[in-house]
Amino acid sequence: MADVDAINVFNITVRGSDVVAPCPETERVLIALEQAAPFPKPKPVNVGCRKGGCGACRIRVLSGDYTTIKMSRAHVTEAEEADGYVLACRVFPASDMEIEPAFLTPHERMEMRKAERD
Amino acid sequence: MSQEGLLRPGIAQLRVLDMEESVRHYVEYIGLELVGTGDDGRVYLRGYDEFHRHSVVLREADEAGIDFFAFKADNQKSVDRFRKNLEAYGLEVRDIPAGEQPGVGARISFTVPTGHDIQIFAEMELSDSPNAPETKNPYIWNVEPKGMRAQRMDHCLLYGPDINEVEKIFTECLDFQTPERVETPDGTLGIWMTVSNKAHDIAFVNHPEPGKLHHLAFFLENWSDVGHAADIMTRYDISRDVGPTRHGITRGQTIYFFDPSGNRNEVFAGGYTYYKDQPPRVWDHNNVGRGIFYYERQLNEAFLSVVT
Repeated sequence: MADVDAINVFNITVRGSDVVAPCPETERVLIALEQAAPFPKPKPVNVGCRKGGCGACRIRVLSGDYTTIKMSRAHVTEAEEADGYVLACRVFPASDMEIEPAFLTPHERMEMRKAERD
Repeated sequence: MSQEGLLRPGIAQLRVLDMEESVRHYVEYIGLELVGTGDDGRVYLRGYDEFHRHSVVLREADEAGIDFFAFKADNQKSVDRFRKNLEAYGLEVRDIPAGEQPGVGARISFTVPTGHDIQIFAEMELSDSPNAPETKNPYIWNVEPKGMRAQRMDHCLLYGPDINEVEKIFTECLDFQTPERVETPDGTLGIWMTVSNKAHDIAFVNHPEPGKLHHLAFFLENWSDVGHAADIMTRYDISRDVGPTRHGITRGQTIYFFDPSGNRNEVFAGGYTYYKDQPPRVWDHNNVGRGIFYYERQLNEAFLSVVT
């Protein structure tokens, strides 16, 4: 069994909300936000597949270090990822982090991708 | 036999982000049989009660979603007739040669206004798996099905613009019926269409982005198996969207959940039997919540916004 004392726990704060969600470095930020009580308001994320595909939990990281695992490029392009956009279900904290919601409605997503193509 | 032309949904090809994780989801948890992997890495799967070689194809890509949805026709003459109808309607029909997927004959392919690639084929090899359904003094199965015990790939719900035009193409060119629909002051929200005795073989919801997948559904034997599927979801940490519940539309008993790439899946049991002489059922915008989720009587946030 892993030595729990050896796992760092970082605080995830949501801009515009009082809630601080503790998140172990081995846990995904989305799960920490879901488990934070009370659930942060205004809601920082929608919850969908929790697997990096559906885009429901799209956020922007304002500060802090983190690592990511594979997520759908339909929701976060490489340029956006370089700009701090990620899906919360694909992010592990490596320090305290401040985030803000960045969910795109289907219409917003379509307009944004169209603008990129033009 | 009175059903001619198109018989049923035949193949759904999905894009997945991570093949290994996806195969575990569809094989171990949903309970499909792994038929094989093609030279190009695509993985072929079959429900335990399906007679033919495969029905679900997974392709690794960096965006989730659906590549195409294909219907099986009774013979090549029907395929040729559908091609004529589609071309007369003004759609471009493309050819996909036999063997592009193992064991599958030639397919025709066309893009509907919602942005989806729809295909039709007549030939697919029967499954040579020792687990394939028996035809002589059959047992209900040879080897007990695992996971959620999905019997077959059943239908899909696709999202995109211009669904009224899509309905015209499916009904006028391909002999579909529309047993159920949702009409709002802003226009048609959704159509549920069938080419068989099932309440739906394919459905479309109006949506600004083209080519989107809402869900791919798998048929279960009964409500008890829907509960069993929910048990599997909790045990293996599968992200559940809604259910177990019932749809007012189709009356199916259901759970929506997600595959590891964010593609929504459904397990579906029941649903009414449809006959072509039944009048269409219509829902209005005040009752659409009950139409989609019969017990909750309201849509959840993800229903209209989370698609791949």
